[in-house]
Amino acid sequence: MNNNFIDNLPKIYGMYTGGFILFIILMAVLEQIGVSAETIGVLFVAFTIFIYAGIGWLSRTMQVEAYYVAGRQVPALFNGMATAADWMSGASFVAMAGGIYFGGHGYLAFVVGWTGGYILVASLMAPYLRKFGCYTVPDYIGTRYGGNLARLMAVIVLAVASFTYVTAQINATGTIASRALQIPFEVGVWFGLLGILLCSMLGGMRAVTWTQVAQYIVLIIAYVVPVIWMSNKQGFGAIPQFSYGAAVARLGELEALHQVGILKPTESFAGLKALTVEHATAGSTVMANWKFATLVLCMMAGTASLPHILMRYFTTPSVRDARKSVAYSLLFIFLLYFTAPALATFTKLQLLDPNLATGIFGKAFADVAALEWVQKWSNVGMVALSDSNGDGILQINEFFMRSGIVVLATPEIAGLPYVISGLVAAGGMAAAMSTADGLLLAIANALSHDLYYKMIDPTADTKKRLIVARVLLLGIGAAAAFVASLKLTSILGAVAWAFDFACSGLFFPLVLGIWWKRANRPGAIAGMFMGFASGTAYLIAIKWGGMDLWLGIDHLRFGIIGMPISLVSMVVVTLMTKEPDAETQKMVDDMRIPSGETVLSAKH
Amino acid sequence: MSDISPEVRAAHWAKTRSLTITVLLLWFFFAFVVHWFASDLNAFTFIGFPVGFYMAAQGSLAAFVIIIFYLAYAQNKIDEEFGVAEDE
Repeated sequence: MNNNFIDNLPKIYGMYTGGFILFIILMAVLEQIGVSAETIGVLFVAFTIFIYAGIGWLSRTMQVEAYYVAGRQVPALFNGMATAADWMSGASFVAMAGGIYFGGHGYLAFVVGWTGGYILVASLMAPYLRKFGCYTVPDYIGTRYGGNLARLMAVIVLAVASFTYVTAQINATGTIASRALQIPFEVGVWFGLLGILLCSMLGGMRAVTWTQVAQYIVLIIAYVVPVIWMSNKQGFGAIPQFSYGAAVARLGELEALHQVGILKPTESFAGLKALTVEHATAGSTVMANWKFATLVLCMMAGTASLPHILMRYFTTPSVRDARKSVAYSLLFIFLLYFTAPALATFTKLQLLDPNLATGIFGKAFADVAALEWVQKWSNVGMVALSDSNGDGILQINEFFMRSGIVVLATPEIAGLPYVISGLVAAGGMAAAMSTADGLLLAIANALSHDLYYKMIDPTADTKKRLIVARVLLLGIGAAAAFVASLKLTSILGAVAWAFDFACSGLFFPLVLGIWWKRANRPGAIAGMFMGFASGTAYLIAIKWGGMDLWLGIDHLRFGIIGMPISLVSMVVVTLMTKEPDAETQKMVDDMRIPSGETVLSAKH
Repeated sequence: MSDISPEVRAAHWAKTRSLTITVLLLWFFFAFVVHWFASDLNAFTFIGFPVGFYMAAQGSLAAFVIIIFYLAYAQNKIDEEFGVAEDE
């Protein structure tokens, strides 16, 4: 892994992409000559994990800078891909299109929030943190504000937010591994963890970077191919993202035909939903607009406060590259996010349009119940149908589905060959693994660098630091897999919480540390503590304490409570206490100028 | 960093700040303002899409991508203008 490797990156990943496409073709050939669907699924998941583990092994290192920040030599474009994989989790890949399928326009708040947040990252944070030269986000908080208490607060917020998030990711790897490899969920969770650790244990950030680039390539191919395929099948053109407007319009007609939103389900199945929300119709009440805006704001501020994302920009060679890299990240994320609504639209059209062979509504109940994909997913409790009114015809309120399966089941619903299902499973696995890797590393690095090295044993030598880092990684991974195996939350609930925890506690202390020279230690501690504590208290009160919602702020949006309290406490306490010393002020000045040495020395 | 005078630093920061404010105003428009009127915008169509839906599914996202590349370009220009950009 020397400069030669960096120079050859386009060639290496070009060959890798070609190899992956050849592998897909090989699988398609195997399917044609009669190899079973199960075998193809196993091959897809096993082959890709094997590749990631190989990259992880090749990237092993015993150098501090390589372990924490990949040696600060990741080019902007490749860091953009790695960030996109780091960012797009099992939730984006597996759950987003399903959310749009069931939630319509209201759910698009996630799509807007999870892209627009990068404007905040690029304009307010990433370039300045890169110039600071820290290894972790608490490293910045601890140095800018000074003192172990500020550093510890940042570690706590980071650990809570990231741990909430990582259990959801390991849950997703478990779900996909258990389906593709035909093993029980509880075993799948530990299998997923093994794959994740193989990528990160030996090489830290360096290994995670290069596996994430590989994972991005797999996941974007896996997401876009089925959509293009379906679009061509239905005659909506080769680049469906620009031409599915007609499909949206057609859905409007079909919703009227099937009485979507008028026929309410009369039965219920745990975890499954019937379609009751129109696709493109936006809420017209102030409350609906307020809910959309607050969710967008929480997801955006959360994006800009989540340490596993911010730390990716510590790995670029320069401040300029950090900025460019955020732009590339958003571009690569955009490719998936503007495809998700198209996927949701096409899948819905497949099911709703009675003129298509795949349409199920308005057809004879017995025929639909006999469909292969309906049976397969019913057997695992992810789909249910019930002829509630006993007329022998399937109505819109008689079909129930788990929203998380929309992406995974779409190839089967559309009657695409099984090789596509295998590809989608490998893509979902890549999305969940890459995010889990980034999150586990963020937590373990904060604990090993900030808690252990900076606070407990500042005299530890390099070898000891890196061994401690790996032991912590292993321990946290095992704890996360254990929690995931208990199946406490659905994938998306926990993911939104991570954003709210992060923005409640970290957003203003991070931003004001750069943009307000006067911001000082007591203010930052108050901001982190009050924001995090009030947001968490509100979540507990509404979720388990039986308290009524304030202004419709539910558990997905509790950052709306935490953020203002964090801002006000930070400003008030800062103004009541002394301004920071000249050295700290100079630190802020240096952070604002790209040229010159980093604020923290290269080896700290 | 003693070779950069406080005046140059202040001027560089003032320009950086106004660029950031411009970008955040654009961001605010595409993140919040257009979606607040989504229901009204749905009465219009753009390349076959209802506009309110289109902005949330694609329009705002594309705007964000353009804004963020513009920011990287414009900030680099400012850094070069004041001689504080990093050496290539």
